[in-house]
Amino acid sequence: MTTLRELPAGSSAKVKTVHGKGVISKRLMEMGVIPGTEIRVVKSAPFGDPIQIRVLGYSMALRKNEAATIEITAC
Amino acid sequence: MDPAALTIALAGNPNAGKTTLFNALTGLKQKVANYPGVTVERKIGVWDVAGNSARLIDLPGLYSLDTTSIDEKIAGDVLLGKIDGIARPDVVVAVVDATNLERNLYLVTQIVEYGIPVVIALTMIDVFEKQKHEIDIARLEKKLGVRVVAIDAKTGRGVEDLERQVSAARDSTPNVPIAFHGDVNDDTNAKIFSRYKFISDAIQDSVRHNDRDAHRVSDKIDRVLTHKFFGLVILVAVLLLIFQTIFTWATVPMDLLDSGFGSLGDLVRSAMSAGVLTDLIVDGIIAGVGGILVFLPQILLLFLFISLLEDSGYMARAAFLMDRLMSRVGLHGKAFLPLISSFACAIPGIMATRTIEDQRDRFATIMIAPFMSCSARLPVYTLMIAAFFAGQTVLGFISLGAVLMLAMYSLGILVAVVVAFILKRTVLKAPPPPFIMELPPYRMPNIRTVFTNMLERSWLFVKRAGTVILAISIILWALMYFPRTEVQSSKFNIQGEEQLGTPNSEPGTASGSEQLRNSFAGKLGHVIEPVIAPLGFDWKIGVALIASFAAREVLVSTLSIIYNVGKEQDAQSQSLVSALHDEKKADGTPVWTPLTALTLMVFFVLAMQCMSTVAVVRRETNSWRWPIFMVVYMTGLAYFAAFLTYQGGRALGIG
Repeated sequence: MTTLRELPAGSSAKVKTVHGKGVISKRLMEMGVIPGTEIRVVKSAPFGDPIQIRVLGYSMALRKNEAATIEITAC
Repeated sequence: MDPAALTIALAGNPNAGKTTLFNALTGLKQKVANYPGVTVERKIGVWDVAGNSARLIDLPGLYSLDTTSIDEKIAGDVLLGKIDGIARPDVVVAVVDATNLERNLYLVTQIVEYGIPVVIALTMIDVFEKQKHEIDIARLEKKLGVRVVAIDAKTGRGVEDLERQVSAARDSTPNVPIAFHGDVNDDTNAKIFSRYKFISDAIQDSVRHNDRDAHRVSDKIDRVLTHKFFGLVILVAVLLLIFQTIFTWATVPMDLLDSGFGSLGDLVRSAMSAGVLTDLIVDGIIAGVGGILVFLPQILLLFLFISLLEDSGYMARAAFLMDRLMSRVGLHGKAFLPLISSFACAIPGIMATRTIEDQRDRFATIMIAPFMSCSARLPVYTLMIAAFFAGQTVLGFISLGAVLMLAMYSLGILVAVVVAFILKRTVLKAPPPPFIMELPPYRMPNIRTVFTNMLERSWLFVKRAGTVILAISIILWALMYFPRTEVQSSKFNIQGEEQLGTPNSEPGTASGSEQLRNSFAGKLGHVIEPVIAPLGFDWKIGVALIASFAAREVLVSTLSIIYNVGKEQDAQSQSLVSALHDEKKADGTPVWTPLTALTLMVFFVLAMQCMSTVAVVRRETNSWRWPIFMVVYMTGLAYFAAFLTYQGGRALGIG
């Protein structure tokens, strides 16, 4: 399974599934991280975590732990 | 029409321009309070809707209405009419950022399901058009089944149209256009997907996005501001600028306020006849209120900076940069700025924790904020260094005072880190907080929003801290004022061995130090003397400690009174310094040694000696449990650390 965590900065992919349960995965989906959406990793913060992603045309920061719950496929 | 009859709620995502619109619609006719039982801010303004005055409720910034956070639950309750004293809204104005349409519309699809008529206020339309995107508003309205009004709060464009649409919408029956007509609380993933499907269908024919990357400008700025190296350098520079401003520029109005309250006190004293009432007004009330208001310039400036950083979009970047370090101790990246602010004053710092959504993260941040050495500790550090470490150097060229100062700041940070680490694993135990945070595009801060924000928060500080500290100052004043020492009374001989401290008093007048020694506060000092003796403190220092629980800087003026060198001494005053050196114990050895001074400084780093902070923590956590816990554990830690310092120092033969 490839997740958003492995996606290098500057690359894009499509969301396949948002794993994990509860508040975090729901929040991610409400913010537009739903299957089929294109997602891009912009950069990571100076200490390697969190990362900045682009989804639905806006920027969002999330930690690598959360990124690992987002399964992706090539677009 | 009954003017009270119309209630309108303003809802929208964070960063969508909701506050700017709220200010534009209501002007200064707004009132800030809290929702009952929680610390979510409740802002209500009066909005003149096409000749009818309406109550405009500013809901907290929301991404969704799914009751996962307090903000969302409150907003849902308002829309259901479940909040006491607020009628169910007749119309909801949904603020939607045109440059971030899809995600912003998600909230709208949820609000529509509440069955209240909705009018969309489309903001950032100027930016949207500048980016050469196109929107067919009539078609979007038809697809969404909701009226859409393009708004520019700065120029007032669209405001009249919004008023017309709101008036027209109030009696209409909204049709819920989304295929899902189920229960409002049904929050399955399928429902989320169907909402987004509905949105993408609606904007497919009505919005044409320019292919050019809308984030060019923000991304370019980010290339510097969140750069792995320069990003951190700039963050440090921004913080230095803020501190420089607060500690230098703010001192000018602070000194003015200080002398202003001094003159006011003198004026009142000369105008009134001498007596208890005059003393209460001058030494209790005026000195007490002055003691809070003196910090107002610093607080205004700090809030000005925080508002600027928030409104420009930099605040989110600071959290992005620092999250990794903060998460090591179990805190959120957003805790960084409140903690930094606490170096000026813990009160604005604690109030700034409101941006942290998770309550446990927020409380952990509040609990450690007072360990950051605030400006009120400076007079104490300065006095101790001036009296006992002046002119000494380390390694021949580094000033010992500077080293000690740095050590005190570091001690506070170190203890804060350890305490946060422990709290997050015990009473505030929680899995590592999710860090999902929007990085909004950079924008020129809106001056009006920034200033309204600054004034609003500063006023909250005055109100919240003011009432409690006024009460405490009066109590402290009374403790030091009563019982009155009669002229040539022999009462103060109960403590027969304490004759040494009164050589300055003229016969026939009860000097300040005599009065204090014999007052309730003086007696309290004697009561706690056995407890503080292991720290090397005598009862006089005890009295100063008790007084300084109202506010730390009070220590200096209280010591001046106790040692009878007059009240108007500041931290570098020579007469106070020599009084400290001359003070002898019964056996003739000096009370104050460099070790005593160091112990006192350590105590002040860690102890919770600030009534205003206690009052604000009470407000912000909405319970007495947390402020009491804070006072107890911080003061316990302070005692323990001071004990180690003094006894350890003696064992090593220092002092």
